[in-house]
Amino acid sequence: MQFDVAVIGAGVTGALTARELSRYSLKVALLEKCSDVAMGATRANSAIVHAGFDAANGTLKAKFNVEGTALMPSVCEELNVPYKNIGSLVVAYSEKEVETLDILYHRGYKNGVPDMKVLNRRELKELEPGISDSALAALWAPTAGIVCPYELTIAACNNAAVNGTQVLRECEVKSIADDGEYFTLETTKGEIRAKYIVNAAGVHSDDVARMIGDDSFNIIPRKGEYYLLDKCESEKLSHILFKCPSEMGKGILLTPTVDGNVLAGPTSVDIDDKDDVDTTQEGLAMVSANACKAIPSISLRSAITSFSGIRAHTDREENDFIIGPSEKNGRFINAAGIESPGLSSAPAIGKYLADLVAKLTGAEKKQDFDPVRPAPVRFREMDTEQRKALIEKDKRYGRIICRCETVTEGEILDAIHSPVGAVDMDGVKRRTRAGMGRCQSGFCGSKVVEILARELGKDINEITKFGGKSCIVYERTK
Amino acid sequence: MLNYDLAVIGGGPAGMAAALEAKENGVEKIIILERAAVLGGILEQCIHAGFGLHYFKEELSGPEYAHRFIELVEKTDIDVKVDTMVLTIEDNNIITATNNTDGLIQIKAKAIILAMGCRERPRGAINIAGSRCSGIMTAGTAQKYVNIDGYMPGHKIVILGSGDIGLIMARRMSLEGAKVQMVCELQPYSNGLTRNIVQCLDDMGIPLKLSCTVVAAHGKERLEGVTIADVDERLCPIPGTEKFVECDTLLLSIGLIPENELTRMAGISLDRITNGAVVDEYRQTEREGIFACGNVLQVHDLVDYVTIESKLAGKGAAKYIKGESFGGDYVETKGTDGVRYIVPQKINRDTDCDVNLYFRVGSVYKGAKLVVKCGDNVIMTKKRPRMCPSEMETVTIKKDIISSLPDGEALTVSVEE
Repeated sequence: MQFDVAVIGAGVTGALTARELSRYSLKVALLEKCSDVAMGATRANSAIVHAGFDAANGTLKAKFNVEGTALMPSVCEELNVPYKNIGSLVVAYSEKEVETLDILYHRGYKNGVPDMKVLNRRELKELEPGISDSALAALWAPTAGIVCPYELTIAACNNAAVNGTQVLRECEVKSIADDGEYFTLETTKGEIRAKYIVNAAGVHSDDVARMIGDDSFNIIPRKGEYYLLDKCESEKLSHILFKCPSEMGKGILLTPTVDGNVLAGPTSVDIDDKDDVDTTQEGLAMVSANACKAIPSISLRSAITSFSGIRAHTDREENDFIIGPSEKNGRFINAAGIESPGLSSAPAIGKYLADLVAKLTGAEKKQDFDPVRPAPVRFREMDTEQRKALIEKDKRYGRIICRCETVTEGEILDAIHSPVGAVDMDGVKRRTRAGMGRCQSGFCGSKVVEILARELGKDINEITKFGGKSCIVYERTK
Repeated sequence: MLNYDLAVIGGGPAGMAAALEAKENGVEKIIILERAAVLGGILEQCIHAGFGLHYFKEELSGPEYAHRFIELVEKTDIDVKVDTMVLTIEDNNIITATNNTDGLIQIKAKAIILAMGCRERPRGAINIAGSRCSGIMTAGTAQKYVNIDGYMPGHKIVILGSGDIGLIMARRMSLEGAKVQMVCELQPYSNGLTRNIVQCLDDMGIPLKLSCTVVAAHGKERLEGVTIADVDERLCPIPGTEKFVECDTLLLSIGLIPENELTRMAGISLDRITNGAVVDEYRQTEREGIFACGNVLQVHDLVDYVTIESKLAGKGAAKYIKGESFGGDYVETKGTDGVRYIVPQKINRDTDCDVNLYFRVGSVYKGAKLVVKCGDNVIMTKKRPRMCPSEMETVTIKKDIISSLPDGEALTVSVEE
């Protein structure tokens, strides 16, 4: 297989980069080592589009955050991904923290963040009535928003695929050789040749860079643990609520999600194992002890699940994104160290990298690029008349599989048969929300397994939760 | 729009018994809406014996128990729609449901019986730290895989929670050749029926570890083991007592939650303890003409009691449809001192029947008494050799006592040691 560009890593950065590249007359491959896209840092993070006042002035983080946040609404519109511009509040609980708000405000101003305002106690209470009485003031940033990171990534992959990108999953890059014109990538799916490489391998981006001799950075995996709360808590807050930031990041936040749940977290702990996404007792205890400070009426008893994610933090002193051609090889382009605000920055990083590759290769924009990913059917959001019309067209939308989230068989079939379709249970869950609700797939799990097996022509004991050995059941009973 | 006298949501043991009783009491047009492909509810996967000892005075398997009712339903003109999910109940008793043959259906019913059953608490409800690998599932899900689909959900198994489904699955998996390492129970007592402890664990040589829980799950892809730990009297894990137990499957039997999404949607308030609707002696909710019975109302230990309760709801719905309602002057019931809740939560003062109060105690009692009072006035005391939270208790109050109770005082049941 021969390509102009191979993007390594189908997280949100890789996916949006591949989609931007597919605007040009280039042969693009998007390589992902996992069984599905969006399985690394993209799978589990705070799902926030930051306004952009956190990063130091003049950094790539500051630049791409503000640009990416500005691009996010239109990207989400084209890809039909729910995006809610709900705005964020950094809440101060002490006089010292009130001073920090000023610092954040001025930093944000220099970064180009529009329309920020420091709110006093009364204004804060008006905007967020459930806020704790111990809150003194807050920094209001109206451009912040929420988006589902894996939905955005899946949509971007599907759109890239429709525009000619080859999305190869279970395709782990083992080594890279270069003959000056083409890189040869040894992968678990065979040999792949590409003139250019974009390294968007997340926590493994240092390992991939080392394959071409670039050892200029190391990734230190940084774990963050979260609780996801039942939808019944969602009416208690309407904005993203940060604490004042510390050295280890933005602290434990509380935010609505686009799907109507409430998210509490993350912790921030540097770890050794890049694939360790286990939650810990200490981490979860830390989230429960801190999460509800902003909104005392929220109870973690309503948690429906907990999870942890890994951020790709670099050991470089400047603590910035590493974006651009490697010093070792001008055709190998890094998009590494993409920790927060990586999701917010991804649309801008993707555009920047695609334009860079286009300039290097002299590729022209395609006439027939279709920027739109059609909106998937979302039965639960429809009214009775829309549902009636939908089921009349296709009866399979009349059969509810997931009762907690009201997901129909038709939607699950759409998810399986889309260009970058679901191949396992978690894939169906991320694409349709089947199993995402309060029973956490207790009832629908076995039905989803059955449908996957039927549609993929497999036995049900070949169906996995997320690839590899993560089978659901073993052999037949005696 | 379809018109019915009575719509029953749920075709498990509760829904079927309620529909049949309503029919027997003269209700003409009845429909049962069932989300699974067949009637019978969860009984269809409960292939073990032990059902019907109270109601039929013989020991049946789950499917046998269900089929007695399925046959009776088939002999009547009760309409049944399977594979049909109810989406909404609106204010005017209009039900919207969907399936893949009729599409979206709307049904207007004079009365509605809610019989949606319950679901198992998932992992998220108790927050076991560690991996989100495969191999962690509720005991009921595993029961479906092994009994209905015919697949082994695991080979080396740890069960958390000694609820009845967990105990039954401990035996079931052992009989299928799996190694059940242990059953861990957070409480200092079992949450299952005594007969299940004896028949499912003791007889199979499976250890029951009380005051013990699973604190972490390990495994990158499939589960490889769990960390268990002892807990203190506040049920918190005791540091230093952690032990690794190898297993490829963790089954959770950590409690059941009535499935009251539709009830809530219908604006009916729920009892904080039972998580089911607040009802009167005929299981009528606070919305006139809407009744609830079975595990959606309160989690039962025995299906026999589900049947008995559901017949009350069926009879109540028939009375309502025929316009034979009561005055609406209620005596409230209240569990105190060791009694966690009582169903029904209120009784019509002018009721026409003796009323059984169903309730659970909060901990294990030996040689204690149940005391029924109204104000300071003791109505009855009953000695009980043993009471525990996992076994539902009942006392019967005669209707003439109910009608003679003074105004403004609640009927209370308490434990006296």
